Amino acid sequence: MIRYIIRRILQAIPLLFIISLMIFFLLRSSGDPIAMMGGRRATRPEDRERLTRLLGLDQPLYKQYITWLIGNDWSLVDIDGDGIPETPGTRKGALRGDFGNSLVKRGVPAMDLILERLPNTLLLMIPAEIIILLISLAVGIYSALKQYSLVDQVVTAGSFIGYSMPIFFIALASMYIFAVNFRKWGLPYLPTIGMFDPKVGKTFSQVALHMVLPIFSMSVISISGYSRYIRSEMLEVISQDYIRTAHAKGLTERMVLIGHALKNAAIPFVTILAIDIPFLLGGAVVTESIFAWPGMGRLFIDHLGRSDTPVVMGILMMISVAVVFSQIIVDIVYAWLDPRIRYS
Amino acid sequence: MSALLQIKDLQVQFQTIEGTVHAVNGISYDLDKGQTLGIVGESGCGKSVSVLSVMGLIPEPPGEITKGEVIYRGKDLLKMDKKEIRKIRGKEIAMVFQDPMTSLNPVLTIGRQLSEAQILHLKISKEEATSRSIELLNIVGIPKPEERLGEYPHQFSGGMRQRVMIAMALSCQPSILIADEPTTALDVTIQAQIVELTKKLRDQMDMAVIWITHDLAVIAELADRIIVMYAGFIVEETDIFQLFENPLHPYTLSLLKSIPRVDKRIDERLATISGYPPNNLIMPPGCSFAPRCSHHIDRCWVEVPKLKNVGSNHQIACWVDVTTGKEL
Amino acid sequence: MKTTIPKTKQYGVEDIESPPLSISQLVWLRFRRHKMALVGVVLLILLILFSTVGALFRTEAYGNITDTSIRLQAPSPEHPFGTDTVGRDLLTRTIYGGQISLMIGLTAVIIQIVVGVLIGAIAGYYGGWIDSLLMRFTEAVFNVPTLPLLLVLSKMLSDKIPTIELFGREFSGSVIVITGVIGLTSWMGLARLVRANFLSLKEQEFVTAARSIGAKNSSIIFSHILPNTIAPIIVSSTLGVAGAIINEAYVSFLGVGVMPPTATWGNMLNGAYKYIETAPWTWIFPGTLIVLTVLSINFVGDGLRDALDPRALVETE
Repeated sequence: MIRYIIRRILQAIPLLFIISLMIFFLLRSSGDPIAMMGGRRATRPEDRERLTRLLGLDQPLYKQYITWLIGNDWSLVDIDGDGIPETPGTRKGALRGDFGNSLVKRGVPAMDLILERLPNTLLLMIPAEIIILLISLAVGIYSALKQYSLVDQVVTAGSFIGYSMPIFFIALASMYIFAVNFRKWGLPYLPTIGMFDPKVGKTFSQVALHMVLPIFSMSVISISGYSRYIRSEMLEVISQDYIRTAHAKGLTERMVLIGHALKNAAIPFVTILAIDIPFLLGGAVVTESIFAWPGMGRLFIDHLGRSDTPVVMGILMMISVAVVFSQIIVDIVYAWLDPRIRYS
Repeated sequence: MSALLQIKDLQVQFQTIEGTVHAVNGISYDLDKGQTLGIVGESGCGKSVSVLSVMGLIPEPPGEITKGEVIYRGKDLLKMDKKEIRKIRGKEIAMVFQDPMTSLNPVLTIGRQLSEAQILHLKISKEEATSRSIELLNIVGIPKPEERLGEYPHQFSGGMRQRVMIAMALSCQPSILIADEPTTALDVTIQAQIVELTKKLRDQMDMAVIWITHDLAVIAELADRIIVMYAGFIVEETDIFQLFENPLHPYTLSLLKSIPRVDKRIDERLATISGYPPNNLIMPPGCSFAPRCSHHIDRCWVEVPKLKNVGSNHQIACWVDVTTGKEL
Repeated sequence: MKTTIPKTKQYGVEDIESPPLSISQLVWLRFRRHKMALVGVVLLILLILFSTVGALFRTEAYGNITDTSIRLQAPSPEHPFGTDTVGRDLLTRTIYGGQISLMIGLTAVIIQIVVGVLIGAIAGYYGGWIDSLLMRFTEAVFNVPTLPLLLVLSKMLSDKIPTIELFGREFSGSVIVITGVIGLTSWMGLARLVRANFLSLKEQEFVTAARSIGAKNSSIIFSHILPNTIAPIIVSSTLGVAGAIINEAYVSFLGVGVMPPTATWGNMLNGAYKYIETAPWTWIFPGTLIVLTVLSINFVGDGLRDALDPRALVETE
């Protein structure tokens, strides 16, 4: 088992390298950071040259990648353009958490910007994930047990609809109903913008209230999809021979369900988590934009629009790392849960 | 003394996308205490469905028990509610299934699977159940049982797994053991061991056994009485000696003829039964075996034959006397 | 042995046996059972008609006429879907937007199929280092969350491709970009599926038989193994169209997808949250159409998946 874990982690390393390479070359070949930095004024040629050397853009591409990865504070860089490296570099490299400085917020390390917004995104994602898991489990198992009943058919139809809606439509519709129209009808309504009402301040209840609609929008699609997945997994398990054996021994329905069926269904269920995390992270981009939530997703879209490559790359890299590691963790949990893998 | 188990005119159907499958078409038989009954027939003849109905393990839908009674110790099992039937399952009537790999839960230990029925039915503690399980594993011939209780099914071989299944079935000392093709998935040497094991346990515990198989050779060792089934009907019922020495139904005759024999010439062709297995979707007006029968007469095509006595303790469902070729 | 009953009254095995259904008959029978799948087909046809027949009543140019004096008007007989922020007729834009969205969906899936099947088939068939290499690559792309990747790629490339003219209509280059980008970021699941199928199918005897008569590798891959794995490809592609339409909607909604004046349902919703209260028709119509389209495709895909389920097509004993 330990060997399996180590093997998985070792496999992840080249994967992350490939991903970082892909992202790096993708972003380096687009946009003109110098032009962005200049703003409205045309940059003078000398400034342009200086900035180019400062940002390391005069180096060949592969060198730029290495600098990005492991920094250059251990070597000297040629700043004054005479061809002789003399100034120590300032970059620590992505491996040490330095993605360079933001081109939009000059001088501020990209990592700082990201870390500032990260907690806000997690604040949405973690409760959303918990809600998704719990509700999908409940709905999926119930549907499987009462297959073809009215509830099952309604739930199935509802899941299809929920699964077919783009997030922004759910967001808009929920805003329309719960915020706009509730207010019109004099009902207590939910806020739609930002994390808290500036007039009231960043209190717990304010933030909690503002979380409701974004989390709702993020959850609907996932719940729709996963409840159906769990339903089909449960149905698959229930039709297995060992369930028939369990019944033949005279066990109660509850004992069969919880003791025998669930443990088997839990194994593929764990893979849901692996699939869902990239989806949530991606969906955060849209949700945060609509609800003006100050999270990483909104940072991404804002700075993408302004060609702030270091920040964009940093976010992409961090999300990809999160995805890769969550998959490893899920694989490990999977192997641990299934005795056939654990003891082989 | 009335029989331990009485099945009366049992009829089971399944609703499928292609139509209604007539799995069991009115069968009746009795099982006495300590008796071993063999049910023989090809795949799809309804033998498994009939015993699953006894245990109430037919999924409804799509299955449906349309007629019949199953009387166990005076009570009709088919009319029992879920709670009552659960008390019978595992405790009074226990079942061993065909494929031990899929019939055991892969994520639970053998010990857990052995104990749970005991704890439930015998109302004993976990420790007591564990020590009983160790004994059971000893009885079925699994070495070092204390160590193996904590292992998982995939760590056992096929034959071992089936022994575990048998131990599980016997754990609450049932009066009836139903074995649905328990050796079909095992190779021949293991098969023999399981049969021996069953004989020993049955005699020790004075248990009634229903043993389902499609292999006549296996059943010859075990059974007192045999039922031959075809297309959801019982076509012959008699004791084990008469079946082999004096089979009277054309189907049974063909079955026996088709068993390869060591004392036959090697250049003789193997006998087969011509035609195709019956289609359960269609209920023909007459005998289901007629198209493949070499003794058919007119009546076979228009009327379904009922079981009738043709000797002491010997019944067949046929219109023809195979010795004379004339109508019975 | 002598029978006087005529042969016609005897039920031979041919009568007792009902004729076996062919695969396509069985599939159709199973598909028909799915009421939702049939609803999906009907709905889809209606939507396609809306976008195609509707175009006969209004020209695309009409949908691009801006007139700020009538901006944000509620639905009226003249503008049944209302007008948008610069006074364009929303009904027309919805009709043509539908054409674009559907077209992007379909084309992106074609790209997805080509790439996914090729990579999966080659990886699965040849195995070894080719397989490792291709799968590493697939995994890498798979692990980057799709939406952020789509956004980056679209932004990068959209101004690089000029407006093109096709069938007498102008398509802004962003349409091509979006189509390509979506297709090139969604093939991974299909590649894995095809590879898995190839891995198991190539061990089967019909492949050995084909090799023994000297069939070339490409012929084995495309004529022998691939037809046997058509079913999951069909299902995956159908559902892929829905996914592509949604992805296009997301990207256009965020303003980096298809650029105006070309309308798509997605970019019609761009900025709609500013007008939730004042002009709900700007987002309700295009949004609902997206949902209906994706929903009907999902219904059909689900019906196909059940109908083509290989386990159900095998005769059970």
